[in-house]
Amino acid sequence: MPLVNIKNIHKRFGDLEVLKGVDFSVEEGEVVCLIGRSGSGKSTLLRCINMLEQPDEGVIEVFGEDIVHTKDINSYRAKVGMCFQQFNLFNNMNVLENCVRPQVKIHKTPKDEAKNKALLYLDKVGMQDFAHASVNKISGGQKQRVAIARALCMEPKLMLFDEPTSALDPEMVQEVLNVMRELANEGLTMIVVTHEMNFARDVADRVVFMDDGVIVEEGSAKEIFSSPKNERTKAFLSAFI
Amino acid sequence: MDRFIQNILKILNTYGASLWLGVKTTIFVAITGTCLGLILGLIVGGIRAIKLDYNASKPAKIGKKIVDFLLNIYIAVFRGTPMMVQALFIYYLLLDFIHWTYLQAAIVVISVNTGAYMAEIIRSGIQAVDVGQSEAARALGMSNWQTMMNVVLPQAIKNAFPAIGNEFIVNIKDSSVLMIISITELMFQAKSIAGSTFLFTETYFIEAMIYLLLTSIAAFILNAIEKKMNNTNISLPQSVTAPENLAFARDNTERN
Repeated sequence: MPLVNIKNIHKRFGDLEVLKGVDFSVEEGEVVCLIGRSGSGKSTLLRCINMLEQPDEGVIEVFGEDIVHTKDINSYRAKVGMCFQQFNLFNNMNVLENCVRPQVKIHKTPKDEAKNKALLYLDKVGMQDFAHASVNKISGGQKQRVAIARALCMEPKLMLFDEPTSALDPEMVQEVLNVMRELANEGLTMIVVTHEMNFARDVADRVVFMDDGVIVEEGSAKEIFSSPKNERTKAFLSAFI
Repeated sequence: MDRFIQNILKILNTYGASLWLGVKTTIFVAITGTCLGLILGLIVGGIRAIKLDYNASKPAKIGKKIVDFLLNIYIAVFRGTPMMVQALFIYYLLLDFIHWTYLQAAIVVISVNTGAYMAEIIRSGIQAVDVGQSEAARALGMSNWQTMMNVVLPQAIKNAFPAIGNEFIVNIKDSSVLMIISITELMFQAKSIAGSTFLFTETYFIEAMIYLLLTSIAAFILNAIEKKMNNTNISLPQSVTAPENLAFARDNTERN
């Protein structure tokens, strides 16, 4: 039984059909990278997995649960971590509070325990020294690492990354990718929308190429990058190599 | 000119106590009215800004529509009619039922009136909060309510602080129309003094100066608070390539 099981989902924004019947599944412990042009529907697919976008048709089952029709979406989302392109750290809280408040509010964790866990994960992403810094005074790469720590504090069983490095200056991309690499090595199930082809090649168990609202080709990183079969995949990848 | 100054001194000497009472009442009404109005505005603005979940039940959706409609009427009515009229109408409307005092009525009227303006101020403050903020909160698993209380409203209040402060200053001045229901605020006191001394110019000159002083002090305090808020938490757009940030990044990359 796959952890994530998506069957034939469609998503329209007005007249624009962004997802045109996507079938997609992810096994437990797998790291899947979604690649493709901007506007190909990768981010929409990712956002559908925690229902930030609601599909118009189709089935999404995660942890064996039908999440399109679930009544308790909040406790489902608490099990799925998400990192955004723009980090979206809470501006009204410092670094530590960003990690503590969600645990206290959602999991009802006692404050001390939440704080210890927050410091543990901040340390893991190398941000413990900045625990009391304002989120407006740290760099983009640091923000994204804090955002990852914030998500990890919720002990997610699945992590979604929506172009986590696209808004970063080049010199900050690696510090974020290093953290993600570490998580992948620890066996966390991850779905990553990315334009970092080297990261996808190194880390992904499976690479999925999307174009124009459908999955065109998928396979191991080696298959996709070394011997893509589809013309569209070839055209896309040739732009990167 | 000498006479003018003499008369002013005379008024201050004779009627200082009643002017002071007027000042106290005006400040009291303006502060309580602004605070209660802010609370009301937070509730109304918050309710209007909440977007129901996609999976909300049908009765909830209809209920929300009705509530929104009623709140819109409230805001339209209280922003679209003079406070003086509201004061008279509400005072006499409820007098038979609750036998309230003028001061109680005045506070209710100014609070409800301010609430209507505050609701709009809070709503625009909420709209100015980046949508990514609530998206992140929802993605973590927070409910609509938790997102509003923990993430959106605190930022909205900060965004709206200058406008909220402005409402306070407006209330200091506009509470003068509440003299129509005979509360002993500054305008009412000045009018009585002018009526008994026949020194109209002098009395209203003093009154104007007191209002100016009150609003200036309020503006000064509000400015100081605003500055302090901005110092502790800069929310201006900031370049991620600022030199000090790069230094941070370098430190960390080395450690990793």
